[in-house]
This record gives sequence, C-alpha cells and structure tokens, in this order.
Amino acid sequence: MKDQLNGLEIAETVKGRSLWQDAMRRLMHNKAAVVSMVLLGIIVILAILAPYLSPWAYDEPDWGYDFPGAPNGELKHWFGTDGNGRDLMVRTLFGARISLMVGVLATTVSLLIGVTYGATAGFLGGRIDNVMMRIVDILYSLPFMFFVILLMVFFGRNIFLIFVALGAVEWLTMARIVRGQTLSVKKKEFIEAAHAIGVSNWKIIIRHIIPNVLGPVIVYMTLTIPQVILTESFLSFLGLGVQEPLTSWGVLISEGAKQMESAPWMLIFPAVFLALTLFCFNFIGDGLRDALDPKDR
Amino acid sequence: MEATTTSKNSNSNGAPILSVRGLKVYFPISSGKFFVPPIPLKAVDDVSFDLYSGEALGVVGESGCGKSTLGRGVLQLIEPTAGEVVWQGHHLEGLGPKQMILYRRDLQIIFQDPLASLNPRMTIGDIIAEPLTVHYPELSKDERKQRVAKIMEEVGLLPQMINRYPHEFSGGQCQRIGVARAMILRPKLIVCDEPVSALDVSIQAQIINLIQDLQQSFGLSLIFISHDLSIVRHISHRIMVLYLGNVMEIADKLSLYDEPKHPYTKALISAVPIPDPEQEKNKQRIVLEGDLPSPLSPPTGCVFRTRCPIAQPLCAKEKPPLVDAGAKHQVACHFWDADIR
Repeated sequence: MKDQLNGLEIAETVKGRSLWQDAMRRLMHNKAAVVSMVLLGIIVILAILAPYLSPWAYDEPDWGYDFPGAPNGELKHWFGTDGNGRDLMVRTLFGARISLMVGVLATTVSLLIGVTYGATAGFLGGRIDNVMMRIVDILYSLPFMFFVILLMVFFGRNIFLIFVALGAVEWLTMARIVRGQTLSVKKKEFIEAAHAIGVSNWKIIIRHIIPNVLGPVIVYMTLTIPQVILTESFLSFLGLGVQEPLTSWGVLISEGAKQMESAPWMLIFPAVFLALTLFCFNFIGDGLRDALDPKDR
Repeated sequence: MEATTTSKNSNSNGAPILSVRGLKVYFPISSGKFFVPPIPLKAVDDVSFDLYSGEALGVVGESGCGKSTLGRGVLQLIEPTAGEVVWQGHHLEGLGPKQMILYRRDLQIIFQDPLASLNPRMTIGDIIAEPLTVHYPELSKDERKQRVAKIMEEVGLLPQMINRYPHEFSGGQCQRIGVARAMILRPKLIVCDEPVSALDVSIQAQIINLIQDLQQSFGLSLIFISHDLSIVRHISHRIMVLYLGNVMEIADKLSLYDEPKHPYTKALISAVPIPDPEQEKNKQRIVLEGDLPSPLSPPTGCVFRTRCPIAQPLCAKEKPPLVDAGAKHQVACHFWDADIR
C-alpha cells in the first residue's frame, strides 16, 4: 500500500501533453495569429476603457467646436467629431463595444444551438438525422435578410433581437459542420468501447463526441464572429441596427460614407477599426485551423 | 451472481457461462431504389455455441466472415436479428441499455486498433477509470486512482504514466491500456476482437501472453477472434471456424488441428506456415479457388460449396447441419467422413 502511494506521488510529477496543449504551442508559433491576438486584445481593452480615455461623452455634442470637426489634439478630439458634434473616438470605441458584443453573443447563440443540434442529429442518425437536416435545409433556403428585416419590423428595433436574429441564422452552418464531424467520430472504436462499458448516450455525446469535434467548431467560430460583425454593420447601414445615441461600427461607417468628401475622418477611423478587427479574427481562425489540425496544412 | 471463477480451467464442467443459440445478425442493405425492400446482408447466420467458465474459445475465419460481428452481437453492441444469447441464465437479447448495464461489468471487449479505441482527448488515467465512474460512481477520487494504478501495474504499465495521453504511447502500450480498461471491472468474459493483428510480431507475443496470464489468474472466459491460426492455437481451448457467417466446425484445439474434418478447416490449417523449412517444403497445401462469395447473395445449400474441393450436387441443395464427428467435435459438412478426392 505504501509503495503504491509513493508511486502515485511520482505520478503527479509526470504530466502528459494533451492535444489541446500541443495545438496551443503551435498557435503560439504562428506570428500572424499572435500579432492578431495582441491587436484584438488592445481593441477590446480600449473598448472597455472608452469612457476614461477621453473627457468627452459619447452622446454629448461639443458646442464649442465645428459640426463636424476635423481631428484636433488641443481639444482632445483625436478622431474629430461627427455631424452632431460628438467626439468620434469615444463613439468609435462605444461602437466597438456593440459590434464586438454582437459578434461574440450571436456567435455564442449559434454555437450553443448548432453544436447541440448537430451532435444530436449526427449521433442519433437514421431517420431522425434525416428529418433534422432537412429542416436545416429548409431554413437555409429562406432569404436571411428578409427574415431579419421582418423581425425588426414586427418587434421593433432592439439590440437583443439582433443577437437572436443573427445567432438563429448562423447556427445552420455550425449544425452542418458538427453533424458531419459527429458522423465521422461516432464510427471510431473508442465510441464503441464506451458503449461496451455502458456509458449512457448523453454522456457519450458530452464526454467523447463533443471534445473530438471541437477543433473545427472553434475554427468556424472565429470565422463566424467577423461575419456577424459585418452583417450587423450591414443591417445598421440599412438603418435596421442599433438605435441612437448608441452606435456601432456599421452606423458610424454609414454616417461617414454620407459625408465622405467634406469630413473623410468620419469614415476612415471606424472603417480602420472594423477592418483591423476582421483581419485579426480571420488570422486567428487561420492560425487555429493550422494548430488544431496540422495534417491539413 | 454465482461465483464461478476458479483458477483452473474448468472445461465443460457444469452449465455453460454463456450459451448462444441460433444467433443471426443481418444488416439491411438498401438498394437505393424506391419501393424495393432492402436486401439483408447475412453477417452472422444461425450460429450456436456454448462457452464455459475459464474457457478460451477461438473464432477463426477469413476477413469478412462475420467474426467481429459475432463478438459484437454477443455483447449486444449490435442488436441481433434473431437468436438467443444467454449469460449465466439471463437472456441478453432485446435488453434496453438501462437493463443491459447490469451485465456490462461482466462482459468486456478488447479492440483491434489499439489507438483508435482510446479517446485522444482523455488522459489514460481517465480512460482506464471510465468503467469505474459508470459502474461504481460511489468511489472517491483517490480510491479510483489507486485502482487505476493497480491495474496499470498488472498489465505492465508504469503508474506514473497516468496523466499521459494515448498519442504519447506505442501501439503495444495502447493495447495494454485497452486491456487495463477491459480488466478493471474484473469481468467474467472478454471478447478479444483481433487484439494483436495491428501490432508487430514481437509485441503480439507480449500482449497474447498478458491476456493469457490474466485469463489464467482470474479464471476469465475468452472469445478470441483472430485470423491468425497460430495465435488462436496458442491461446484457445476450443476453436470455432466461421465461413460467411456460418459455423463450419467447432472442436477442441488438438482435435481440430490434428484431425480437421471440414474441407475448409483443412485448407486453413494447410496454409499455416511451419517454422521448420524441411517440413514446410514437404507440406501439402490445399489452395482454395476463387474469392469469398458476397454475403448479400450467399450460395444455396452449403455456403462453402463454391470453393470446396469435394463439392457434390447435394451440397447445392441442402445446407449441411452441424453434426457430431467425434468427442467434442462438430462439423457442418455432408461428406466429412466420405472419401472423395
């Protein structure tokens, strides 16, 4: 008994390296992904600290300056002001909050629905799988913009409705990806071993299937976030997005585009932030794909 | 539960621990057309056998003859189409997963591909402990860890490796992990589904000896599936020869190897290389013509007749029943004792 306990104590010192840790190491060797993560981190921190970075509020005009005013360091309007005289830097950073939140929350909604739905369909298989995937096909064929516009018209403009609407549409692809992965994983022998042990179906999905399909899911997730941000910008551009005085990058770009010639800063700053964020997410997604599945490179 | 575990091999003494009667496993193969009913693929067709406590039954046959399906059908991993599987007096066929769980701790399986049978995202400690978490959820973490460490020592793994992941092990080590997972509940029957065919020869011997040692010290019953006749000969007490899902011959090991009665068994045994070049050179080899027929449309009558060197017109008409051909020796051939060239 004593010997065994000693053995166990030694055991604590030998750590294996899991596939996740391996992937993390490979990701950290990918320069583009690391730079993107740092940049994205900076943007997130700026968005969080937005109210403390400038003396100006996002919804109060500066009555003592031009409408719109060019960037001016002395007045601390580093990005200038918009058509209503509000500080553009604070507005861009508040826009970042909304855009990133929409991106992350809508993607989370799509992740939860998509993974559960896809894993269930793939694992149960047969007729249930067929019916579930045909439903996805039907939903796919509905024109998405039309669907969102209808929602907005019926329920009014509401930020949470945007999360729901975007998430409810984005989960379709996620469900397809997860289902395909589940189909290939469930034929592996370790799933059969779990059946032979007597593990319940639900536990097999949670403990054996989902961890093994997570790789492609994470990659797709990082690619969904920019897609959602872009879609939200597009909705805002159409005037269906967030409501004043709140703003998002889409709204700012839309306003900036109208005054592109007289006040180019109103377009340039939000557009640079949006483009930078999209680049970052895409590079991280690329890096994750290479890291999680090095054979696919 | 009766305690029937004895360290001696109690061949055919008393009631069998497992008895399989008329087991059929058919897979419906859809023709892809509407209104055309699917054709059954007869993977296992009417197989019956008994297994006694502490006995090792070898199952041999070509690939695709239903060996693995038979093992999975016995364990109810594939639902049998028909037939009975009686484990210690309890019928297993048609049991739902909830009722089946009571028997799972006695019935385990070791797989062919050692790495594929281990979840790559779990540490081997978690993999080996999984049966404990399902069947003994009341165990504390420390108790579980101690049991895992103990079984790892028994199968020849260092307990220090407990936090490692499957991809950090060699094939032989992975198979030891598979054996540990199957053994941790102290089962009474293990189905070994070609446990060594994915390993190289030097490792094969180690794993076979490990399985044999465990079998002898715990009085396990084994169903040992393999296409390698020398391995089966080494580990089994009795051997069953399958062809296209049908039993061709069941006999004690010595009786089967020394006096094979079925033409198929004779051909199989003549193909085993002898590790003596002189004998090997003079050996008479029976080479079978043709390929394994499709199990979707098996030959009428005796399934082996299309490749049988002594096939007669009768073979196409009637399926030969399994008949006694000596002490504990059964064979399914119309002409096993006829002298036909």
